[in-house]
Amino acid sequence: MTPNKHASDTWEVVIGIETHTQLSTASKIFSGAPTGFGAPPNTQASAVDLALPGVLPVLNRGAVERAIRFGLAVGGAINRRSVFARKNYFYPDLPKGYQISQYEIPVVKGGTVTIATENGERTVRLTRAHLEEDAGKSLHEGLPDSIGEVTGIDLNRAGTPLLEIVSEPDLRSSAEAVAYAKTLHALVVWIGICDGNMQEGSFRCDANVSVRRPGAPLGTRCEIKNLNSFRFLQQAIDYEVRRQIEWIEDGGTVVQETRLYDSARNETRSMRNKEDAQDYRYFPDPDLPPLTIDDGWVQRVLTELPELPDALRARLTMEHGLGAYDAAQLTASRALYDYYDLTVKLLPAEDAASRKLVANWVLGEVAAALNRTDASIAEAPVQPAELAGLLRRIADQSLSGKMAKDVFDALWAREASGAGAADAIIVQRGLRQISDAGAIDRLVDDVVAANPATVAEFRAGKEKAFNALVGQVMKASQGKANPAQVNAALRRKLAG
Amino acid sequence: MRTIAEQSDALDARRVSAVELAEQALSRIDAAQPSINAFISIDRDGALQAARQADAARIEGRAQALTGIPIAHKDVLMTAGLRTTCASRMLESFVAPYDAHVVARLREAGTVLVGKTNMDEFAMGSSSENSYFGAVRNPWNPGCVAGGSSGGSAAAVAAGLVAACTGTDTGGSIRQPAALSGICGLKPTYGVCSRYGLVAFASSLDTPGPLAHDARGCALMLNAMAGHDARDSTSLDRPPTDYTRDLAAPTGPRPLDGVRIGLPSQYFGEGVDDDVARAVDAALAELRKLGAVTVDIELPAVRYSVPVYYVIAPAEASSNLSRFDGVRYGHRAARYTDLDDMYGKTRAEGFGAEVKRRILVGTYVLSHGYYDAYYLKAQQVRRLIADDFVRAYASCDVIAGPTTPTAAFACGAKTGDPVQMYLNDIFTVAANLTGMPAMSIPCGFGANGLPIGLQLQGNYFDEARLLQVAHRFQQATDWHRRIPAASEA
Repeated sequence: MTPNKHASDTWEVVIGIETHTQLSTASKIFSGAPTGFGAPPNTQASAVDLALPGVLPVLNRGAVERAIRFGLAVGGAINRRSVFARKNYFYPDLPKGYQISQYEIPVVKGGTVTIATENGERTVRLTRAHLEEDAGKSLHEGLPDSIGEVTGIDLNRAGTPLLEIVSEPDLRSSAEAVAYAKTLHALVVWIGICDGNMQEGSFRCDANVSVRRPGAPLGTRCEIKNLNSFRFLQQAIDYEVRRQIEWIEDGGTVVQETRLYDSARNETRSMRNKEDAQDYRYFPDPDLPPLTIDDGWVQRVLTELPELPDALRARLTMEHGLGAYDAAQLTASRALYDYYDLTVKLLPAEDAASRKLVANWVLGEVAAALNRTDASIAEAPVQPAELAGLLRRIADQSLSGKMAKDVFDALWAREASGAGAADAIIVQRGLRQISDAGAIDRLVDDVVAANPATVAEFRAGKEKAFNALVGQVMKASQGKANPAQVNAALRRKLAG
Repeated sequence: MRTIAEQSDALDARRVSAVELAEQALSRIDAAQPSINAFISIDRDGALQAARQADAARIEGRAQALTGIPIAHKDVLMTAGLRTTCASRMLESFVAPYDAHVVARLREAGTVLVGKTNMDEFAMGSSSENSYFGAVRNPWNPGCVAGGSSGGSAAAVAAGLVAACTGTDTGGSIRQPAALSGICGLKPTYGVCSRYGLVAFASSLDTPGPLAHDARGCALMLNAMAGHDARDSTSLDRPPTDYTRDLAAPTGPRPLDGVRIGLPSQYFGEGVDDDVARAVDAALAELRKLGAVTVDIELPAVRYSVPVYYVIAPAEASSNLSRFDGVRYGHRAARYTDLDDMYGKTRAEGFGAEVKRRILVGTYVLSHGYYDAYYLKAQQVRRLIADDFVRAYASCDVIAGPTTPTAAFACGAKTGDPVQMYLNDIFTVAANLTGMPAMSIPCGFGANGLPIGLQLQGNYFDEARLLQVAHRFQQATDWHRRIPAASEA
């Protein structure tokens, strides 16, 4: 890179994102073939997906329902009548020679997504969201040598339902772009329309990037295609912004083009420019009548819509007494929140203390263990039943914090499972905390009697000596004595 | 025993078996093939097997109206296990694993499929000369065309090879060859017969329908073909109709009392051959004699039908035919340098001239900057044409006129002039643009001995009414009983 020209002082970055969200329907958008990932090539492609002559598309209402759900979740307008169009181009993995998409009239218009930035919350406007089908895949590797140098076509993915969500150019940095993508990702998973699996391509972003002098009209944009991780999104935008600024500052003019991000080299490369851009010859698909959505359908979807992250976050802070940070963390994903919520419900009292305890553990030990083992919350060895079993013993003071962590580690190692798992481990390891006042008094009496010198030091004003005595009591109890009770008993004895 | 009714009566009376009918059809096809070329594929084994099943069904008392009747399908309708070529090199050896919906319905109705009929490639044409498998010839005069694109189906019925065939009608492709071959052809309301398994030419216009000697034959075929199909989103879900129901229903003292027949000035002007005009006038006189009253009507926008059609149909075709790319099935060029070269050579070799012409026109009218002026404008005018017809049906029940401006023309006469060929559709395309039903019935002969067709058009879902008028006309006339000299036997 050339010397830094203080780009951020003189240039404004403008980004819009188009996201291809794979909808979580069991079958394809226009055929009955299944949508599962990873099946052997062409085993999930029906006559419709193969575009055999004479076959016709039939719209999957489950895909429409998910689009409505999204539209309602972002506060967009659900078009009561929308139109499927054909986008015509030749490519071997596009079996019909056209993609069925929505062009002039999409199913969802407008809406907003609120993102958290360094400078506080920002509202990102959405242009539209439209339904379309995915293409197949061209396979250049992994084919048997015997068939020579060929490109294989796998049409399993052809016809998979996508919701393309288009934002306005409201984002001003790669960090904002990532915040937007993450928020959108969490939302589509939250409302159950997408599995969110980015490795499998369920959530792919195209970034439209341009730069301009502050206050100037929009600059010419370049579109970076198919970014399937948040990190790549950030890196690709950062590279592209630098490239455009340097190009302009060196006297060049940005040309509108489509670019590909090469993650190995961390650079974007021109794929095709405006001149060789295809004329897709869009026209309404005569095989599909306009999609009509009546008010009853919208109303039903609305009543089935789960509480959205924004509203839930507000409720967690206002009603549950959680801090803003904890509330934001807990609502980062539906799965995490459900884990938290279920654990709270399994505790004897759904009160502020329980909620705070669960939040601390979910965002503390559980999150750390997930991080350490690179597991998803669904795969966590400690599920709400196990965690609640453990937290009950903390709440009733059977376990000290230290002991509880040991039990948690044992649970994580799958030494036991189920609601009684923590108790089983406590019994097995003899970990139950001593909270009996008489027993603690006896321990304290013994330690006071056995350590006259230390007692004298304390009485002479040496506070450190007190801690030494507490340590002696804990040691005598093999760590099982309730530390708070030990403290209180010792103060009482020494004062007496 | 040429018509469905005659064959059906003979089967019921055990004067003939389905196997005998099938064998008779197969031998007639073989005999006529060199001169008429009505067939692309003949399925002898399949036909005889189906015929044996039909005979068994009849013995077991399970016979339906069409059980054991030999028929043929236009080679644009998919038949499981029997190749479907669309008369194109592109699909010369394509065998589908599924039946078109209308094919399946006709199988279930007990018909015996003897083969697939010749046609214009991908149903694009008005003479059945655009076939990779050679032109179809008119049974009335093998020097003339049989019409198109369902020319093989029309010729097969006219020559008495089978009692009925399926066809498809995108701009007149059932009615025009029916007229030129002296038989009946019905294009139902769009959506009445499923398009599933019909290789798409122009999806918003394509309509499967029957060709037969008479109105009763068309009604019996339509009874089997019509019906909702969830695999076609444009298929209409309506209660089943018995299309033979109104053929004999009482009306008044005269068979057509109370029927108002609209005569649009636009169908009786310049460009209509004298022979055709005379035959149509005589037919109208006959209809009046039967009790119908004729009323003059105007369809001002109908004059735009042909230009509108030749924007919309090629536009849809250019997209529909994109799937024939050599990647998954069908013809692929033997040698190519890269992907684009493979596409180019495959399609250059696989498609004939008329198909290429329409793909080019269709690609052009959908192109950026031209879409509004052509495709969008055409769709707007299409709406105006439909409005004209809806208005007209306030003052009449049926609209009548010539099916075509001329009788059959000589082979090769119009192949060099596509526009002249397109003008053959001038009276038929409107029904495709509106989606309304229409049929052609024989109504006379020209000086050259070639048949002339009368077109009857109706409002949406008025097929039964058209069939009723046609049937009563046929009870009073015998044009539909005339047989080409060559096929008299």
